[in-house]
Amino acid sequence: MKENIHKFHYKDIYFLLDVNSGAVHVVDVMTADIMDIFDGHNDETVIAQLSGIYKISELAEVLSELHELINKGQLFAPDIDVPPVFSEKGIVKSMCLLVAHDCNLRCKYCFADSGEFGADRRLMNNEVGEAAVEYIIRHSGNRQHCEIDFFGGEPLVNMPVVRHLTEYIRNREKETGKIFKLTLTTNGMLLTDENIAFLNDNNISVVISLDGRKEVHDRMRPDVGGNGTYDRVISNFKKLVKSRNDENYYMRGTYTKYNLDFTKDVLSMAKEGFDILSMEPVVAKDADYAILKSDLPRIFAEYDKLVDAYLQYKSEGKGFFFFHFNMDLSNGPCVAKRLSGCGAGHEYYAVAANGDMYPCHQFVGRNKYLLGNVFDGVKNTDLPQYFRNCHVLNKEKCRDCWARFFCSGGCHANADLFNGDIYKPYEIGCELQKKRLECAIAVQAINNMEK
Amino acid sequence: MKHIKTINKPYLQSTIKTGGCGECQASCQSACKTSCTVGNQVCEKRQ
Repeated sequence: MKENIHKFHYKDIYFLLDVNSGAVHVVDVMTADIMDIFDGHNDETVIAQLSGIYKISELAEVLSELHELINKGQLFAPDIDVPPVFSEKGIVKSMCLLVAHDCNLRCKYCFADSGEFGADRRLMNNEVGEAAVEYIIRHSGNRQHCEIDFFGGEPLVNMPVVRHLTEYIRNREKETGKIFKLTLTTNGMLLTDENIAFLNDNNISVVISLDGRKEVHDRMRPDVGGNGTYDRVISNFKKLVKSRNDENYYMRGTYTKYNLDFTKDVLSMAKEGFDILSMEPVVAKDADYAILKSDLPRIFAEYDKLVDAYLQYKSEGKGFFFFHFNMDLSNGPCVAKRLSGCGAGHEYYAVAANGDMYPCHQFVGRNKYLLGNVFDGVKNTDLPQYFRNCHVLNKEKCRDCWARFFCSGGCHANADLFNGDIYKPYEIGCELQKKRLECAIAVQAINNMEK
Repeated sequence: MKHIKTINKPYLQSTIKTGGCGECQASCQSACKTSCTVGNQVCEKRQ
């Protein structure tokens, strides 16, 4: 059955999310009880069923308020169909360049097989990188904002090409009027003073990888010789972040079955002085560290703990950003954006070192998803439309789910990995996503009420 | 209202016809490269 109202609570605060309008209401317990019965039209049934518990006059008062919300379009808002603007063909505006299929770490959960992506270790050359930039310029139409992420493996392994392409892109910006947001995702091992200065001088946002506590990080992110890397990378990260005035970065970690108490890892990052944070669940099959369905209750409780800690730190003036709790409930993305999701395969491509294009970085090396290459363009012309159509209103499991306009239908790569079909979402991912969304809405609502 | 506090100004319905400029960031690029959450993305138009 289609879920158009989602009710949940954090401690003794009850929330109603009106799925089709995006309205969030904080309600008292009586209203929460009424919403178990109320469908917008059945006032008499509500009163008949609850008059033994609540006064009829109070029930009538709540029902009056609920009807007021319905009239304002903030409760039981009408279903949303695919907006007309979405039928347009996708425009490629974002690329992930795998400048190095090589890495100086051997992270145990690496989806890229320590940078090899199932093939040989290799580095991207200038010619391939320039062709990728030109591809985006040619295929991004009137869109002004484009994005390129230098990724790997470890992109700093191939710093000469990163430098060359950055200069190339900044020149092409002047010639074309495009604005490129550049990011670079790094494990921190090669963040020398020289590299840091380059990243700062060229306004390149960085995503830096740390798993939290030293023992957690060192267990999963050893170097090639099997040695822990925490001490080396954290000093580099501190230097980097300080040099850019604590801005323009994201610190992201991965939690696994080994650290389901990951609140401690997020707080470890915060205590080390980082305050723009993300912590993601590992996605793995058949591994000791993989997250299983049976772990979910424990993880849900941990997210509640994280909310407690997040709010406590904020109240003490030590607040931090947590990616999954960031949400602008009044100015978030439009419906078309919510349907286009991550854009993989139709707005966002990944480019392998040899110039092959895939729907995203996680698909690199999965042959059936090869789109084409940066020199000859897309050869598998059905794939972009296949990905563009793979949105929440076209997926059986998504179209009735309350989270459908927040989650974008889950990660295609994970759906393919677990179910062999991008239209069948990865179930554990969905459950985690829903829990995180409840936490995010609760955090934002509490923040809003405190204003 | 006595029993209900609406904490945001809902806008989803109003963007059905007006959205889709596509200037916003690809969500997976925004922070972690493994997250496709769109709910926490920023609209470039209304920013």
